Amino acid sequence: MTTVETYSTLTRTETAPRGLIGAAPPTHAEAEEVQRKYRREPGFPVPILIAPATLWLVVFLFLPLLSIFIFTFWKSTGHGMAPAFTFDNYRAFFVTEGFFDPSNPDFLTPSIFLRTLWTTFRFTISVMAICLILAYPMAYFLSMQVEDFKWQLALFLLVMVPFWTSYLIRAVAWLPMLGRHGLINEFLISIGAIDEPVSFFLYSEFSYTMALVQLYVVLAVGPIFFSLAKIDRTLLEAARDMGATPFQIFREIIAPLSLPGVAIGMIFIFVMLMGEFATAVVVYGGKTSTTGTVILNYYAIANYPFAAVNAFMLMVAMMIGVIVILRVVDIRKEL
Amino acid sequence: MERSTPERRRKARVKAGFSVYYAIFLIFVYGPMFAMFTLSFQGPRGGVTFPMRGLSFFWWEKLAGPSAVGDLKASLVRSLILAVVVMIITALFSTMLAMAFRKRFRGSGALFYAVMAGLMVPGVLLSLGLASLLRQIGIAPNWWYSGLGVHVVWTLPFGFLVMMAVFNRFDARLEEAARDMGADEWTVFKEVTLPLITPGIVAAGLFGFTLSYDEFARTTLLSGAQNTLPLDINASLTQRVQPTLFALGTASTIFSLLMIGLFIVIYTILYRRSR
Repeated sequence: MTTVETYSTLTRTETAPRGLIGAAPPTHAEAEEVQRKYRREPGFPVPILIAPATLWLVVFLFLPLLSIFIFTFWKSTGHGMAPAFTFDNYRAFFVTEGFFDPSNPDFLTPSIFLRTLWTTFRFTISVMAICLILAYPMAYFLSMQVEDFKWQLALFLLVMVPFWTSYLIRAVAWLPMLGRHGLINEFLISIGAIDEPVSFFLYSEFSYTMALVQLYVVLAVGPIFFSLAKIDRTLLEAARDMGATPFQIFREIIAPLSLPGVAIGMIFIFVMLMGEFATAVVVYGGKTSTTGTVILNYYAIANYPFAAVNAFMLMVAMMIGVIVILRVVDIRKEL
Repeated sequence: MERSTPERRRKARVKAGFSVYYAIFLIFVYGPMFAMFTLSFQGPRGGVTFPMRGLSFFWWEKLAGPSAVGDLKASLVRSLILAVVVMIITALFSTMLAMAFRKRFRGSGALFYAVMAGLMVPGVLLSLGLASLLRQIGIAPNWWYSGLGVHVVWTLPFGFLVMMAVFNRFDARLEEAARDMGADEWTVFKEVTLPLITPGIVAAGLFGFTLSYDEFARTTLLSGAQNTLPLDINASLTQRVQPTLFALGTASTIFSLLMIGLFIVIYTILYRRSR
C-alpha cells in the first residue's frame, strides 16, 4: 500500500524524467484521454436503439398533437380549413351569442361545448370513484389474502383477461342485461323486488355508468395490485407484533404505500374516460354527448378547426386532472 | 397443524368474505359476456333479449353469409395483418428502447415520458390530429400506415414497461463474462441476452397483438376506405341490433381468448427454458 503511494507521488512530480527507460507512466489527463478513445461502452450504441421509436413517436404522436394546436387558430371554409390566426374558434367554444349582453337570457351562460366538457369531467370523476371502490378490495384480496403465488397469478390473470378483449363487444354485451326484458329486470321480478319491468336500466345514465365501470375497472386493479404486492410483509408483521389493530395497519402502512398504484390506475382510467365516445352510443342510445362525440361530430361536418378546439380543451382539462393527481401522489419515485 | 383460535377464525371469515366478493366481481365482469354468448344461439324468431326462443345456429350462419355492414371476412383479415405487424414492431421497439434505458443517456427522461404519453393521449385526439393533418397535406389515410402508426403509439408503452421490468431483473454479469471472453456485441446479444429475454418479448408482443386487434378509437378516422373489424362492429351498432352481432362478438371474444391462451402457453414454455 505504502509503496504504491510513494510511487505515484514520485511519478506525478514535475521533475520526474520522461522519455527514458523507466519513464513516468502517462499523466492522469493523458490516461483519461486514452481511455476515452479506446473505451468500448458495453451494448449497442444508444442512438441506434432509440432512433426508430423516437422517429415513430414524432410522426404519429407529436405531429398530430401539434397540428391540433395549430389548427385551433385556422378558419373553417365549410368544406375544409385555411391557414389563419384567429381566436374565433376559442370564442365559439367558450361563449354563446348573448354572453356579454345583459338583456339576453343567455347572459353569462357558458356555451354548450364548455358544459359538455364539464359534464364529461364530472361523469369521469364519479365513474373513477366507483372503480376505485370496487378495484381496491379486489387488489387487496389478490395481493394480501391469496398466499400461494400460483393461485395469485391465476386469479389475477382471470380478472385481467377482459382487458385484452374488445371493449366495444363488452359494451354490446350489456344490451341483453339491461333492456325492459333484460336479465336484471327478470331477476328483480323473480325475487319480487319489482312487479313490472323497469325501463330506466337501458339507455340511461344508470346503464352508462354501469357499463363504463365494468369496462374500465380492471385497469385500476392491475396497478393497485402491483403496488400492494410490493409492500414488505415484515413491516406488517412488525406492526402486528407491536399491537397495531388491522385498521391501524391499513391506515398507517398499507394505504400510504399503495397510493402510487392508486394514482397510476386513476390516471389511466381518467384519461380513457375523458376521451370516451363509443360506449355512450351503445348503452346510452346516443342521448348524451361527451366531448369525444362533439369532436367526431364536427369532424364529420368538416369543421376541422372547431373539432381541434374541442380536442385541445379536452387535452387541457386532462392535463389539469393528471397534474392534480400527481400533486396528491408523487409517482415519479415509482417509475 | 395450528389450533383454531378466535384470531384464526376471524381471519378465515375475512378471507371467505373477500372470496365471495371476488366471485361477485367475476360475475360482474364476465356475466354480460356470457349472456351474449348464450343469446348468439337464439332461435330464428328470437330477439336480442331473453327469453330464448329455441336454440339454433341461425345467427351464426347469417354471420357467415353476406352482411349488411360490408365484407366482414376482409375486415377480419385486415385486423389480423395489422395486429401481427403491430405485434412485431412493438416487440422490436420496446426491446430496443429498454436496452437503451439500461444506460444513462441525455434526454432519457424526456424519451421516457414521450413513450408514456402514448398511454395518456386518448385515441380520439390522435385520430383527429393525424386525420386532419393528412387531409391538409393531401394524403388519404389508410389502415396499413396511419392506422398502424397510431396503434404502435398505443401499444409501445405496454411493451416498453414489460421490457423495463425484464431488464430490471437481468443479471448483466452474464453479458460481461461473454464480453471478457472476447465476444462482440452481436454475439453477446444473440447468445446471451436474447435467450434470456425472449419470454419478455413474447409478453410485449401479446400487448401489441391484442390491443391492436381490438383497437377502435384510434382507427376511427384513420383507416381510410377499408374498415378493420372493430370499425365494422361499430358500424353494425348504428343499425338495428340483431343476434348476429352477438355471434360476431362471441366469435371475436373466443378468438381473443384463444390468442391470450396461446401467448401464455408460449410464454410459460420459453420462461421454463430460459431458467
